[in-house]
Amino acid sequence: MERKEWPLWEIFVRSKNGLDHKHCGSVHATDARMALQVARDVYTRRQEGVSIWAVKASDIVASDPDAKPELFDPAEDKIYRHPTFYKLPDEVDHM
Amino acid sequence: MYTQALDIPPGEQPKRKPDAVENAAYQAEFDARIDAGATIEAKDWMPEAYRKTLVRQISQHAHSEIVGMLPEGNWISRAPSLKRKAILLAKVQDEGGHGLYLYAAAETLGVSRDELTEALLSGKAKYSSIFNYPTLNWADVGVIGWLVDGAAIMNQIPLCKCSYGPYARAMVRVCKEESFHQRQGYDALLAMMSGTDAQRELVQDAVNRWWWPSLMMFGPHDADSPNSGQSMRWGIKRISNDDLRQKFVDATVKQAEVLGVTLPDDELKWNEARGHYDFAAIDWDEFWNVVNGHGQCNVDRLAARVKAWDDGAWVREAAVAHAEKQAAREKAAA
Amino acid sequence: MGATAMTQTTPAHLEYVLRLGDAALIHGQRLSEWCGHAPVLEEDLALANMALDFVGQARMLLSYAGTLEGKGRDEDALAFLRHEGQYRHPTLCELPNTDFAHTTIKGFLLGSFNLLMWSRLCGSSDKALAAIAAKSLKEARYHAEHTGDWVIRLGDGTDESHRRAQAALDILWPYTNELFAANPTDDAAAAAGVGPAWSELAGEWEAAVLPVLQQATLTVPARTPFQSYGKFGRHSEHLGHLLAVMQHLPRSFPGATW
Repeated sequence: MERKEWPLWEIFVRSKNGLDHKHCGSVHATDARMALQVARDVYTRRQEGVSIWAVKASDIVASDPDAKPELFDPAEDKIYRHPTFYKLPDEVDHM
Repeated sequence: MYTQALDIPPGEQPKRKPDAVENAAYQAEFDARIDAGATIEAKDWMPEAYRKTLVRQISQHAHSEIVGMLPEGNWISRAPSLKRKAILLAKVQDEGGHGLYLYAAAETLGVSRDELTEALLSGKAKYSSIFNYPTLNWADVGVIGWLVDGAAIMNQIPLCKCSYGPYARAMVRVCKEESFHQRQGYDALLAMMSGTDAQRELVQDAVNRWWWPSLMMFGPHDADSPNSGQSMRWGIKRISNDDLRQKFVDATVKQAEVLGVTLPDDELKWNEARGHYDFAAIDWDEFWNVVNGHGQCNVDRLAARVKAWDDGAWVREAAVAHAEKQAAREKAAA
Repeated sequence: MGATAMTQTTPAHLEYVLRLGDAALIHGQRLSEWCGHAPVLEEDLALANMALDFVGQARMLLSYAGTLEGKGRDEDALAFLRHEGQYRHPTLCELPNTDFAHTTIKGFLLGSFNLLMWSRLCGSSDKALAAIAAKSLKEARYHAEHTGDWVIRLGDGTDESHRRAQAALDILWPYTNELFAANPTDDAAAAAGVGPAWSELAGEWEAAVLPVLQQATLTVPARTPFQSYGKFGRHSEHLGHLLAVMQHLPRSFPGATW
């Protein structure tokens, strides 16, 4: 018999208002409502969340791990983006 | 990410696929990362043997959680108070959750949960032998929490730092939840030990039956554990079987004393020179008999899983069929 | 709450609370039987969560019933040490799981009822009961939604799932007569403002249930004269077996604490 697996959904949970949604795992579900309901049952059994995102895994695009050098290394020499780059007089250094 | 479906955008081909053929340069880079204690992620290149070992280990672990729901689940309907019923139900439900996290981690390696499930149901895949022992009285529930989950935690904590990211992260979640399991078990036993003689007899009976199987959970002696060396090298096993077993015995003796039960081993005594407890030889024939399918419950456990899966087939199909119809209707309406 | 409640308690008030507690207990017990045996792992966790909600409700309600009764019986004495005829839940709760269609349809019929019941009980003159209702209402919303979604999936899904869902509805529907049957306890409770007479909820319940069944393409069976009498303490043959299992330990070890 033909096997039809339930699609995979990636689950992101906001643990409390003010924080980002954070990836916490995945579930299998056949529709979005089911994905949200079971995500609640699977990932927030201990009051871990106030908001859930469910995203079909097949809809996520990701960077290639081997593209790391061209994607991420160029940021390496842009040290002026970091606050510690700037040495200010002690009196105002808490800025 | 817990998914093998994390696709590169269409039109762009990855430089090398994680399942690319063996390659000495990649291998050297991989080894260096392992040696540096770096984490390997799902889309990184990895040697095929590493991937296979992980799939086997993670899926066995997941199967163990799922089959592990059965022995304790056997007592949910008969829990002796509503509080204990709620605790046990939550606990067994957690095991299901742990199975789910672990299947998801295995799925990042390019296998599907349904494939893994079929391997379990056909008898091809193994699960922890401990669950092939029967739960014969209510105290078994407490003793499983105390000893079996206690042993499992010792086995599992090192895995939170294992080299494969998705597995390590699943284990962090599992371990956080497991400590409730061990404590609820011990708490249930404390209540029984401070009850009637009949209750204390139940506890001792359960301890007598579960002690040795719990020690066997750490696996064969290091000398007889052929795959251990490679797994240690790969950082998917961190501490040896015998070391973990000793640690477990050392921790448990005191807990047994506080509880007021006798561990069924005449040779169990403190060895000042070693700084550890000595204990009697494990009956490895029994261990291998159960592993090889001849335990008291091997047949029943698998039959229960097969029944749940087969009986549920029409439900799983119905949900897919409805989703397809719904999608077609929405398309037609658009 | 305890002292004032005790002085004002009427037998009808006590029985009304007991009925709610028994319904949660017995429905929760049935749901918990699925643990480890559900059709798919995600649903195993969902069923266990619902079972936990019901066991939790039962604990609150039976504890409170014990307080109202004032004879020193706690939640466990009421849950485990009564006989079949002393339970007051509607018969529907105790019917066996049979298959996932039965569990789903039953959960939906009861869940939709509970949703109405708890929203009305939030305004109970009994403040302790109103507090329990406020908590239970949140849980009931999820139960009604989750089971309702599944009713539609099963009814609309495949030929087999439709056939099974229809068969379950045909068997379970007649037991819903009992939910709305007139009952002197209800009349007294309603008069005292404790809670609605269940018969008042029939119209709203049908208005909630029928559209879902229709969306599921299920045929609602015609009403028949069938009556069940669980609310009056006369149950089906299934309850005795359920209790034999559930009560086994407390009855085998009298006086033991766990």
